[in-house]
Amino acid sequence: MGTSPFRPFTSHYVVLPGENIDTDQIIPARFLTTTERTGLGQHAFHDWRYLPDGTAIPHFPLNTAAARHARILVAGHNFGCGSSREHAVWALQGAGFDAVVSSQFADIFRGNALGNGLLPIEVSKRMLARLVDIASSQHMASLAVDLETQTVQLPDGDGFRFPIAPFAKHCVLAGIGEMDFLLAATDRITAFEATHS
Amino acid sequence: MMLVASRPRTLFEKIWDAHVVRAATASIPAVLYVDLHLVHEVTSAQAFNDLRARSLRVRRPDRTIATMDHSTPTTPRHGRRASLATLPLIADDARAQLDHLARNCEEFGVPLYALGDDRQGIVHVIGPEQGFTQPGMTVVCGDSHTSTHGAFGALAFGIGTSQVAHVLATQCLLQTKPKTMEVNVTGRLAKGVGAKDLILAIIAQLGVGGGTGHVIEYTGEAVKALSMDERMTLCNMSIEAGARAGMVAPDDTTFAYLAGRAQVPKGNQWDATVSRWRLLRSDDGARFDTSVSIDASELAPMITYGTNPAMGMAITSTVPDPVTRVEGSDRDGLTKALHYMGLNAGQPMLGTPVDVVFLGSCTNSRISDLRSAAQILRGRHIAPSVRMLVVPGSQQVKQQAEAEGLDRIFLQAGAEWRESGCSMCIAMNGDSLKPGQVAVSTSNRNFEGRQGAGGRTLLASPLTAAASAVAGVVADPRSFTMELAN
Ligand code: SF4
Repeated sequence: MGTSPFRPFTSHYVVLPGENIDTDQIIPARFLTTTERTGLGQHAFHDWRYLPDGTAIPHFPLNTAAARHARILVAGHNFGCGSSREHAVWALQGAGFDAVVSSQFADIFRGNALGNGLLPIEVSKRMLARLVDIASSQHMASLAVDLETQTVQLPDGDGFRFPIAPFAKHCVLAGIGEMDFLLAATDRITAFEATHS
Repeated sequence: MMLVASRPRTLFEKIWDAHVVRAATASIPAVLYVDLHLVHEVTSAQAFNDLRARSLRVRRPDRTIATMDHSTPTTPRHGRRASLATLPLIADDARAQLDHLARNCEEFGVPLYALGDDRQGIVHVIGPEQGFTQPGMTVVCGDSHTSTHGAFGALAFGIGTSQVAHVLATQCLLQTKPKTMEVNVTGRLAKGVGAKDLILAIIAQLGVGGGTGHVIEYTGEAVKALSMDERMTLCNMSIEAGARAGMVAPDDTTFAYLAGRAQVPKGNQWDATVSRWRLLRSDDGARFDTSVSIDASELAPMITYGTNPAMGMAITSTVPDPVTRVEGSDRDGLTKALHYMGLNAGQPMLGTPVDVVFLGSCTNSRISDLRSAAQILRGRHIAPSVRMLVVPGSQQVKQQAEAEGLDRIFLQAGAEWRESGCSMCIAMNGDSLKPGQVAVSTSNRNFEGRQGAGGRTLLASPLTAAASAVAGVVADPRSFTMELAN
């Protein structure tokens, strides 16, 4: 399915410093009984955000005032590992995020994110540490993200480029999904099936 | 005709090459054909909705099979036939999701092994069991443990729900070619040490992100010696090292397992097929992007102490100390994990009190896993403080176990003998830990809350699970004096 075209934006960011944040944390399995893509944002990081009685844990980064309206999540190495649930991406988008920054993304998560127009921005471990540092000393530190130029601008004016495969970039920028490309290959698929056992 | 120079290829490359419908260009990834598409209730509803929204059909219902496993109840039905209308203990939204799957399969002509079908079970158990999974195939499912099917020398990997829609509609995926990794396992596993211990040791060595971007091929003496059930355990957890897939080259063990299964070729065709399958191995001199090796003979039973599957160690070791960790490692992560687990650095795991033992999941719920646990439970009783759930991976496994009398061994030992499904591996169906409870579990993930919010999971083999159930604390299965058959 198509998504909306990705536009350059500037937003403050929230930091979840832990490494290996798995998709069970991003969206616990008990919320996977939905048959829709929407409505998952309220459950993002549920068990880190709320006590069992439902009260919000005040110091959890996503519950702080600074996190409100943040469109960028900065998270530790190997973000999105574990389960293939695309619900993790839908939950992050539902919670208002348009980009996630980490020094490594798990394969399936990365694919799911790109397919939905949630931009995974891979940075060096040093840059990640720097972003975490900046956020700890500067309230509402923000980043400017531009996919066209594959650049991120830091608050101090410094910037960096991030990698993305040309095809993924094209799809996310234009807000188109892979389905159209596959459907366009129908004749080739039919020809392949004729000889493939 | 152009002659193609025969460069030595890995098993992965052979399967990949045979499924490229359209080669990658500089701007578009390869179109890869999918031979077998497995579907379950949790990750498919939105995909069927996508098809409906675009008035698309399922291109190859004959290459698609669906089952109900994740949110299904496993409470004993005592021979009564299960139907969606009479399910016990199931939340309304779970029922609605199962209902959705049934209606989607009906509408799109996809064969469904529904609750009540005697072939129902965990998607990664029934695929191989019915002979759907075969060497050389590409297999996908909206489920990360699809890597299980790589045990047959298939290229099998998990996909997201949007990709499920792609495969339903076109039988293809756009794919960027992954890298390859060889994990060479030398030596032989000692008595009391199994495939689960081996894969936990491999994951501890690679780390949870160490396999990212790679397809692993497991090679070496120890791997060749494994049964198919054990190879499935091994490949199943490849994803826990971040790998895209795990695979083992097919051999006589593979062919013997498949012979006579419902979906495999019969008669002359069988022989011809096996001859083709024999070519499916990495050529001498084929190059892997990465190679690691591990000595099986040095391994002990493994147990995890933390909140990801790489936080594992020999069961006789002590919990590592974040303070003495090398610079740059994830000290904070370990500190946080130990806090969540209620464990202290330096403490032994042996003797840790256990509340629940879960024997099940697509990692360890096949017949050999049940037999293995039954070796220890036969004539013994689990500790009074322990609740033990035995959840066979499929109805077929359940029937086989009952024919062998394993159910009576479990019941007499004080364990629960339940219906097939994912159950407490993912705790979506009501089978769940209570906050703070410690479980020794044969499943694959010890993430926070995986088996129920606040629950604490120790991953281990079926033997270790059974030994711990009897002892009421984490126990070394090798300390049970009976002759372990291995
Ligand atoms: S048993 Fe667990 S890991 Fe396997 S498919 Fe079910 S939920 Fe996933």
